[in-house]
Amino acid sequence: MPKVMVVTSGKGGVGKTTSTASLGAALAQSGQSVVLVDFDVGLRNLDLVMGAERRVVFDLVNVVQGDAKLPQALIRDKRIDTLTLLPASQTRDKDALTEEGVKNVIEELKEKFDWIICDSPAGIEKGAQLAMRFADMAVIVTNPEVSSVRDSDRIIGMLDSKTLRAENGDTFEKHLLLTRYNAARAARGEMMNVQDVLEILAIPLLGIVPESNDVLTASNVGCPVTLNTPDSMAAKAYSDAARRLRGEKLEIVEPMERKGFMSRLFGRKAATA
Amino acid sequence: MSLFSFFTRSRSAPVARDRLQILLAHERSLSGQSDLIAVLREEILAVIAKHVSIDRDKVNVKLECGDQVSTLEVNVEVIDQPKSAPN
Repeated sequence: MPKVMVVTSGKGGVGKTTSTASLGAALAQSGQSVVLVDFDVGLRNLDLVMGAERRVVFDLVNVVQGDAKLPQALIRDKRIDTLTLLPASQTRDKDALTEEGVKNVIEELKEKFDWIICDSPAGIEKGAQLAMRFADMAVIVTNPEVSSVRDSDRIIGMLDSKTLRAENGDTFEKHLLLTRYNAARAARGEMMNVQDVLEILAIPLLGIVPESNDVLTASNVGCPVTLNTPDSMAAKAYSDAARRLRGEKLEIVEPMERKGFMSRLFGRKAATA
Repeated sequence: MSLFSFFTRSRSAPVARDRLQILLAHERSLSGQSDLIAVLREEILAVIAKHVSIDRDKVNVKLECGDQVSTLEVNVEVIDQPKSAPN
């Protein structure tokens, strides 16, 4: 049974696209067939994060409007053959998408893939609503920071009212993915901790991705972090989250930065040098 | 003072959590109602405007939901119309 999953947040810059790429790659690495659909029409970036920016010929808008067939727009990943990308258009605006058109594309993708992962644009407007409209489940990407948590709360409200499943009274799974988490700062009370955010948003936790240079490096080189540095803590967090999405029961541990004696003495610079 | 602030300087996370809890409790109680108020406002205005002239900026629609009773308060300022006044 194929799953349609939206990765959303309300707020921009919290890690939706990075998380879409990393979760998708991790699921594909475990043998699932996965397609990543970029819904951020006009501001596409999933192609860049996936390292496929020079391979885009046709896009989601072309398919929705009937200017291209779906297989013409799909880009197969060169590193994992079960991973595919459907890019967004860079030159059109979000009004180029219609509900009927998006529905047809998702129905067609369901025949070919186990996972259809929709990368939502920021905001609560039409683009974000279309990205979530036909989803079976959602990953809400949140930073432990007030504006991100508030916007996530708003998006959770929309998922409960504006998705097709919610309108039909069906169950809709929601998972919280806490990103850019700094365990040391949370321990010192400088940043909201996992319990704080969970208490406020009241949805199940999918994983905690630590703030990490490996994530930036991965997007710099256009390779999901689970492929680029599979042994990094961020990659492990995403891989574990992907296993939980497949139903595995894995304990969630707070990512604690292990600092050596020297880096304790000399602070961050020594640790990153 | 400086010694005191050294020990207490960084515990801002509980403040963030408490502010969010208060704010979101308020915002959640409003969700779904904002549309209703807008619709009520427009329809009530349309009916009143048929009979008297009103200033659309001087209309206040307020919905208060209590445990037992909810009240809808509509305040409309009517523009003086000397012509149609009986005296």
